[in-house]
Amino acid sequence: MSSTQRGSLVELSNLVRRFGEVTALDGLNLTIQPGELVALLGPSGCGKTTALRLLAGLDIADSGNVIVDGNDLTNVAASQRDMGMVFQAYSLFPNMTALENVAFGLKVRGVDTAKRESKAQELLDLVALTNQANRYSHQMSGGQQQRVALARALAIEPKVLLLDEPLSALDAKVRTQLRDEIRRIQIEVGTTTLFVTHDQEEAMAMADRVGVMSNGKLEQIDKPNIVYSNPASAFVASFVGAMNRVPAKLNAGKVSILGQSIKHGGGSSGNDLVALLRPESISVNVEKSPSANTGSVLARSFLGPQTRLTITTSETKTNIHVDLPSSEAGPFDPGTTVALKIQADSLLTDDNGKN
Amino acid sequence: MAKIKSASTITPKPGVGLKTWLIVGFLFFAIPIFSAALFSVQVGDGSYTISSYTRMLTDPGLSESLWLSTKLVLMTVGIVLLLMVPTVTWLHIRAQKAKRVVEFITLLPLIIPPVVTALGLLSSMPSFLKDSPYLLGFAYGALTMPYTYRALDAGLNSIDVKTLVDAGRGLGASWRQVLSSVIAPNIKSAIFGAIFLAVALVLGEFVVSSLLIWNTLPVWMALVGMSDAEGAVAISVMSLIFVWLLLMVMSLLDGSKKVKINVGGV
Ligand SMILES: Nc1ncnc2c1ncn2[C@@H]1O[C@H](COP(=O)(O)OP(=O)(O)OP(=O)(O)O)[C@@H](O)[C@H]1O
Ligand SMILES: [Mg+2]
Repeated sequence: MSSTQRGSLVELSNLVRRFGEVTALDGLNLTIQPGELVALLGPSGCGKTTALRLLAGLDIADSGNVIVDGNDLTNVAASQRDMGMVFQAYSLFPNMTALENVAFGLKVRGVDTAKRESKAQELLDLVALTNQANRYSHQMSGGQQQRVALARALAIEPKVLLLDEPLSALDAKVRTQLRDEIRRIQIEVGTTTLFVTHDQEEAMAMADRVGVMSNGKLEQIDKPNIVYSNPASAFVASFVGAMNRVPAKLNAGKVSILGQSIKHGGGSSGNDLVALLRPESISVNVEKSPSANTGSVLARSFLGPQTRLTITTSETKTNIHVDLPSSEAGPFDPGTTVALKIQADSLLTDDNGKN
Repeated sequence: MAKIKSASTITPKPGVGLKTWLIVGFLFFAIPIFSAALFSVQVGDGSYTISSYTRMLTDPGLSESLWLSTKLVLMTVGIVLLLMVPTVTWLHIRAQKAKRVVEFITLLPLIIPPVVTALGLLSSMPSFLKDSPYLLGFAYGALTMPYTYRALDAGLNSIDVKTLVDAGRGLGASWRQVLSSVIAPNIKSAIFGAIFLAVALVLGEFVVSSLLIWNTLPVWMALVGMSDAEGAVAISVMSLIFVWLLLMVMSLLDGSKKVKINVGGV
């Protein structure tokens, strides 16, 4: 368990997996750099778990390849792949103590008792469970069980660490705490990691890169801030972060929206489209009389450092969310008429109105 | 208020009722056993002797049939452990859809009369198998399936088989290691239950073994009973005690892990 241990390079190329009528993976391509933590984000059923299971060898692709450090593992059995996996469901072996669970992977590799137990204890120390070594799974909390599962996965010094929504069964507080801890440990150990989640905040907080999946394909993969501020598609934009959908019109390369005119590349003139606006990319000012770019405050919700206003536009009667610092939210009582200003020089639009 | 009052007057009743029923139930089983035991040691003039026991224990037929039945028991246990456990586990992780069909198939031994089974075996099997007790062992493996399958199925339903198998495989365990150190220990009670049912059936089965002309313990007992009633009863009592001891030993083995877990929790 030295921090010099180098992670493996993972390449998934053109993975296809069908279950009868359902195409769970539809040509997935993904490269993970050594030591990198990639989070796969996507709605339920988009194929995240399937991708992970194919990498682990727990399922077999219809076509495509799994390559780790240049070796094609596509036809290698799960037990020969050296992947450490943590599952969404609690997966500790109920007949074994925490220590025995962590030592299991070493036991089947023929490591002698003394050695594997000291190594297992070392890993329990790493996940802050030094004193729980002799507990059985039914004597531990959900969070503790997932820590043991993490220690068990790391004990075999896996080429890749695979985490399938390991935090989703835990309550909010434990979840944030444990996610920070997983990230700390992952950086310390340096293992290449693929983390699956449908919680975008979790993905953003932990990952070097976030991959957004939809219908068995990767829509975009990039650094969290880029996926957020520069989404590659309407789907990504709507899935990552809060997003307003505002009807607009395209005219001569410009979108007219909320009484403003903003440059926009594609699409043909005269078409209706839907503009996608982040709540924090709209600013508000108190205004006396209604006009094309005004609306009326419907509700004001305090969210800690930020406050979210729900505003109904005067013309189209669309509800728009606007986020602003709570310290500036004082004047915007419900019923107030406000002027809306879009703080963006380019617009993301959803031309087909789908998604 | 009224509710509380009526409840308090009713409460003692089920207690008394339960006790009464337990005693009735106990007597229902105990009286015939006690009478049988008495019959086996009583001589015509009212005095007692254990001669029927010593006579039976020294009969060469006993050791022969006991040895045969022991072999058959071991073989049936082997079938449960090596064939049934992996198969039912596999059904759970890979072929949930086939389970209905399999459930029906496991019921066939109850539907098909044992006479038909025995005659079917006699007319279809090659003679080298008919000459060996292994044919009977396999027949027992099939005959016990309705019970062993259900016991194991219930055990597997109580754990998350799929996740445990995936976890084991992912950590580098072979299928054999997954079965022996991950699955089996967690369905230990179910396996013991299945084994016990199988053993009880093998130690009591008469029709198939007599038709296949093997002197198993029950067949030998029936033969003895034709000429020596007291001896046959003595054997029955002994086998009853033997099975009872077996049950005790098995439930002790089964319980040991739970005790250990509790100790760990303190
Ligand atoms: N063993 C299976 N048999 C049949 N269909 C399956 C199987 N496993 C997955 N699927 C289907 O494949 C699709 C992708 O499933 P997958 O479990 O990869 O989704 P996911 O992204 O992990 O979803 P979630 O966020 O709900 O866990 C789904 O439509 C699912 O129903
Ligand atoms: Mg999933």
